[in-house]
Amino acid sequence: MRSIWRTPERDLVRDIALVCLADALVGASFGAISVGLGLPLWLPMLLSVVVFAGAAQFIFVGIVGAGGNPLAAVVAGLLVNARHVPFGFAVGDVFGSGWLRRLAGSHLMVDETVAFTLAQDEPRRRRLAYWGCGAGLFASWNAGVAAGAFGGRAVGDTDAFGLDAAFPAVLLALVLPSLAQARPAARAAAAAGAAIALAATPFVPAGVPVLLALAAVALGVRGRATPAPDPDPDPPQHPDPGRGSGEHPDPERASDVRGGGGR
Amino acid sequence: MNLLVATGVLGAGTYAFRLAGPLLKARMRLSPRVEQGMGVAVVVLLSALVATSSLTQGHGAAGFARPAGVLVGGVLAWRRAPFALVVVAAAATTAVLRLLGVS
Repeated sequence: MRSIWRTPERDLVRDIALVCLADALVGASFGAISVGLGLPLWLPMLLSVVVFAGAAQFIFVGIVGAGGNPLAAVVAGLLVNARHVPFGFAVGDVFGSGWLRRLAGSHLMVDETVAFTLAQDEPRRRRLAYWGCGAGLFASWNAGVAAGAFGGRAVGDTDAFGLDAAFPAVLLALVLPSLAQARPAARAAAAAGAAIALAATPFVPAGVPVLLALAAVALGVRGRATPAPDPDPDPPQHPDPGRGSGEHPDPERASDVRGGGGR
Repeated sequence: MNLLVATGVLGAGTYAFRLAGPLLKARMRLSPRVEQGMGVAVVVLLSALVATSSLTQGHGAAGFARPAGVLVGGVLAWRRAPFALVVVAAAATTAVLRLLGVS
């Protein structure tokens, strides 16, 4: 199966296109739901351009659509989006150092772009994953939202198609290779973080559970502080583009295990 | 606060969050330990996102259909199935369960 898609970037483009399609459908649902709540037609479309973050947009229109205070909707949306700060530290060097690249690249930072980038080994594939997924999602998400806002009732509830399961499945498929290659300490940190987020969900506002999960990061870096750390402290999940598969002792295996976006 | 202003503030704040990492990172010399922590942080964040987005809805549980779909996708991903199969199987499992009346 792999040999068919050996051409390095084709698989990546195909996988990104699939995620773009799924997100366009979710975007259409977002547009239709917003207008269905009685909100003005421009609101979902403007939100999608300037905020460009699905979860925060759904929460925003959920609050103002129910007659809630827009200030509360802003605060809720910002809480949900605060995870982009640590994301930016991790993938911030993928899109280069020029001002224009940095300004544009930052706006394209969403969960899927970060996950696709994380799943690539080589700097070239990381760049392609980031820009391809980011630009593709920006276009497809906004097109979907506009279609949903104008199409209104024609768009049904996308939960019926199971699209709410697609988003976590996409992230899971992309993060699994990193987890498989991570040191046990980093795996433990990921498991503990997930447990913290789940335990916190009933009690704190949306977005906060994921931020609380960051407390578990300490578990994952502890190994370095001990006098005799493991011989290869190089974290396999490290998103530093300087560390391509060229330095990997077994690049073939590396691309098998880590080509999350490209299998 | 009207909706236009609210949208602008949310957009500006979100953009500031996104820009903070790339800007600060270019100005700081991070120790290898902190760099490693950033790498772990992303895996922790994405794992927590997977857990909350598959198992919870609002402040409660997400029911059965969605976690079941994600589980099918996860098993396929673990077995190194093609990405497209993982995503489509996850959505299809959830959709079929809902069609059968399982929420």
